[in-house]
This record gives sequence, C-alpha cells and structure tokens, in this order.
Amino acid sequence: MEWQALWLSLRLSFWTTLILLAIGLPAAHWLTFSPRRWKFLVEAVVALPLVLPPTVLGFYILLAIGPHSPAGRLYAALTGGMLPFSFQGLLVASVLYSLPFAVQPFTSGFAAVDRKLIEASWCLGVSRAATFFRVIAPLSIPSIVTGMILSFAHTLGEFGVVLMVGGNLAGITRTVSISIFDDVQALNYGAALHTSLLLLGISFLVLAATYGLRRRVWAVWPPYGQ
Amino acid sequence: MDCGGGFGPYGPRMANDLSVDIRKRHAGGPEIAAALRLPLDTHAVTVLFGPSGAGKTTVLRLIAGLDSPDGGSIRCGDEVWYDGARRINWPPQKRRVGYLSQDYAIFPHLTVRANVSYGARGGPVQDWLVRFELGELADRYPRQLSGGQLQRVGLARALAADPRLLLLDEPLSALDAPTRLRMRADLRQLLAGVQAPAIVVTHDRTEALALGDSIAIMIDGKLRQAGAVESVFDCPADADVAAAVGVETICPARVLSRSAGLVTVEIAGAPLVAVDTAGASADVYACIRAESVTIERHPPGERNPPGNATSARNRLPARILSVIPEGPLARVTLDCGFRLTAIVTRQSEREMHLREGEQVTAVVKATSIRIVPRGLD
Repeated sequence: MEWQALWLSLRLSFWTTLILLAIGLPAAHWLTFSPRRWKFLVEAVVALPLVLPPTVLGFYILLAIGPHSPAGRLYAALTGGMLPFSFQGLLVASVLYSLPFAVQPFTSGFAAVDRKLIEASWCLGVSRAATFFRVIAPLSIPSIVTGMILSFAHTLGEFGVVLMVGGNLAGITRTVSISIFDDVQALNYGAALHTSLLLLGISFLVLAATYGLRRRVWAVWPPYGQ
Repeated sequence: MDCGGGFGPYGPRMANDLSVDIRKRHAGGPEIAAALRLPLDTHAVTVLFGPSGAGKTTVLRLIAGLDSPDGGSIRCGDEVWYDGARRINWPPQKRRVGYLSQDYAIFPHLTVRANVSYGARGGPVQDWLVRFELGELADRYPRQLSGGQLQRVGLARALAADPRLLLLDEPLSALDAPTRLRMRADLRQLLAGVQAPAIVVTHDRTEALALGDSIAIMIDGKLRQAGAVESVFDCPADADVAAAVGVETICPARVLSRSAGLVTVEIAGAPLVAVDTAGASADVYACIRAESVTIERHPPGERNPPGNATSARNRLPARILSVIPEGPLARVTLDCGFRLTAIVTRQSEREMHLREGEQVTAVVKATSIRIVPRGLD
C-alpha cells in the first residue's frame, strides 16, 4: 500500500481542481458569451486533451516547460527551480490535461442560462462581471460542481501525462496510478490490488456524494407541483 | 369620425424627449427603420402596434441597448445613447431603461424580495413590494407565483431601479385569458402612477385601446403611422395600416366624382358615397369597419323602402355568404358585388333570421367609410 502516493494524488487533484476553477470559469464565460467568430478554434484547443494520446500531450508539455523553453527559463528565474519532474510541473500538466473536463461542463451550464435573465440584469444597471456572480454562476452551480468533480476524478486517475512529465519520484511525482503500475511491473499483485481497490472506492464515493448532494442541495428548482 | 392629424413623429420638438431614428437589418427579417419621438416629462403610454414579425420587439431591444442598430441615433433628453456616425453606443447598464421581456425574466434562484431589490436605486424596496401587493409574497420563490404575480414582480423590479423609460414587450401575452382581462385594467392603473413614460408593444387591438395614450403602427419593419390611439384606429393613413388595425373590409375603389367634401367611388359596380380624405387620387382604397355596417331586411317583393327613411347614404343590395357566431356577436359576410363584413349581435341575427344565401340590404354611413390613397407604396 502506497499511502504516500495516494496522498500525493489527492493533493494534486485538489490543487488542479482549484486552479481549473480559477481558469475555467473565465474561459468558459468567454467561450459562451464572446461574439468572436474564431472562438471555435479556442474550443477545439481546449478539447484537444480529450482526443490526444496522453503521451503526446505529456511530451509537448515536457518540451514546453523544459529548462530550455521560455516558460522553463522564466520559472527558473523566478523560483530557481525546474518544472519537469517536480510537483509544480505535474500540476501544470494536470491542469492542461483536465482543462476540457472543467471548461465543457461550465460552458454548457452557462449556455443553458436563459439569455433574458442576463439581459434583465444588465438593464437593471448591473455590470457584466457582477451579473456573472449574481445570475449566471448561481444558476450554473450544478454544472460548475460537475466540472469540478470531473476534474478531480480525472486528475486522480491520470497516468500517461504524469509519467511523461513527472517521472516516478516517491513523494514528489509518484502518483497512485504510477505506484500501481510499478507494483504490477514488480509482480507485486497484492499491493496493486489493494491500491486499485482504494482508488476505485474513492472515485466511486466522490461521484456518489456529488450526485447525491446535487439531488438535495441544488433542489432550488424542483419540478412544479412539489 | 374625426380624421384630423397626420403621419409622422408626433408631438412638438423639445429637448426633454426620447428621440429615436434607427436602422437595423436582421438576417432573414425585414429591415427595421424606426423614427419616433416621445416626451419624457409625462408618463404617457405609447403603444407600438403591429402584426407579428413587424420588428416591434427589435425596436425595444435597440432602445434598451440589448442590440446595436446599423446606423442612426438614439437620444434621451441630453444624453446620446447611440450615434452611428460618432460611434457612440451606451451599454444597457448606463441607459437606465426598465425593460420587461415577454415572460418577465424573473430570477428563479432569488426570492420576490431579492428580485425587486436586485437593481434597486434609492427608496426602500418594501415600498415597492407593498405598492405592487407583493408584501405577503416577499419570501416566496418565482416558481410559487402565478403569471399575474410574476408580472407584478417584473414591474416592481424594473421600477425600483428608477428607470428613465419603461419598455414592456407584450406584457399580457404570457397570461391566461381571465388573468389577461384583469391585468389589462390593473396595468393601465399601474402605468398611470409611474413617473416614467412607457412604450408597450402589442399586437392586440383591445390591449392597445386599453393601455395606450398614443400609438405607433409598425408594419414590415417600418413605422407607418403615429398619433392618438382612437384617431389612428379610426383614420388609418393607408390600406396596410387599416389592415393592421383590423379594419375588416378594405377594397380597391375608383373615384367617380368629387363634390363638396364628399366623394363617390365605385367598387365592383357598386357606387358608394364617402367623406373625401384621399386628396386628388383617382385610385383609392375604401376601408369599412364591420361594426359600422348595418343590415336591413325587407319583406319579399319590396325592394326599396318607401322614401328615404334613413340618413345613411349607402344602401347596397347584398346576399349573405356566411354567418359566424363570435361570442355575443355574429360576423356576417355579405356579397354586394364586393365582399363586405358586418358585425351584428346574436340577438339581431336570430330575430332577423340571417341565413346563408338570403337577400338583405347593407347600410353604411358616408362618414364610416375611410378613403385612403392607393399606390403610394
């Protein structure tokens, strides 16, 4: 049993989800409400991690954050450290890898908000930004929660990208899925089975809790007649 | 029928008014071109009237700043809201227009109180709740309210934000029939007590008459006639406006003679005398409202009544084509050489035994025939 790997995976998922919330909400807002014709190009870029093999994505991220890349040099100048094979590098990769899992539910949630409600808010003198926090976001809470849960669960289970960008450093980049892979490679089936079962249990609990909570807490809109 | 007054933006030119002169082309729709002016220091209600698809809602949205015109200008008092040439285009937030969409757009996640206080500027929200009889509903959510209550929330919310101008898009169309009748009277009263002028979009003639002080008729994206409600309804400027305001009979006619303010026209062989309002045109339309056509019946054999027992100028032999009951009234379609529609009460219909195929006399006063020029558009 790799408690250290599990703890690392949970930390990674937590921070990835938090960062995706901060990046994903404005990105989804732009994608939903921007009148730009070329926004479909951005949509396609955001969705790329869905179809690219994790190795391809991981390889590009490795190149992009490497010590010779502009991003890598900037990071080195700011912190003195390196992004590849570090927790921070893993975080960057995870955020990119899970981007569509956050942005797409957010976008569909925002798009489902009745445009007339948004316009009513504008006409009442409320700015676009304030309208987002007072009307769009509250009415999209189920979609926002779904996006967060998907990001969390997806990061928890990622493998290929982590291996490419983070390698396999205990306590730094060895996530739970990599430790399972290690165990299987070492024919240590018992440990692999335990860890896998734990991951399955956690994933199921997270999803079940979300769907269960959504039923009760977000029941601001029960069907008519209740 | 007093048909003075005329066409075009109404009211004297003054600084404290809303002046709109805009163009907008929609993909697939008619080009919108609207010029209107209404004073801001009264709380008069202007009805924007016209058939569906005429562009009425678009005009409201352009005034509110929710859509951008292709060109022109919108000025409210001394503020320029939009000027195509000077590239000025204020966002809706800055225009302070109370815009109420067709379904009221009440925020579903907020209580009635939170909805009304959403954009409130100055003045306690409680006053608005009380004034719109929402006090007891203040803590309810919109889904627990009826259509009429939702409308009151929408109006209270718009007015609590202290708007310069109120724009209501088909305010009664989302209500069921009995509520609509009740709210029509209530709405008139509410609007009369509001310190801002209102533009109300409707395609319902009864609503226009009940709510409006003045009216602007919009057809195919163009404002065609504006003025006091009764005068526009009674004196449509052309055949399209007549059709839009629901004049039942509109027939092309040829002028036979003119004398002393009267004109004799011929429709499909039948001569009609009317008050002359078409200038010098030889080709005109004759517009006749169904309620101003009277039906007379004579015993068989007696074709003409003795002497002239009525002051009505026009007596036309007619055959009944159909009789269709409409609530307490009946709509009778007559063939007088041209098709003429009359409205009579169900009682008269029964007493006179009006049936399809029977011969009667249609009687129309000269003053009830509106003559408009043909071929202007």
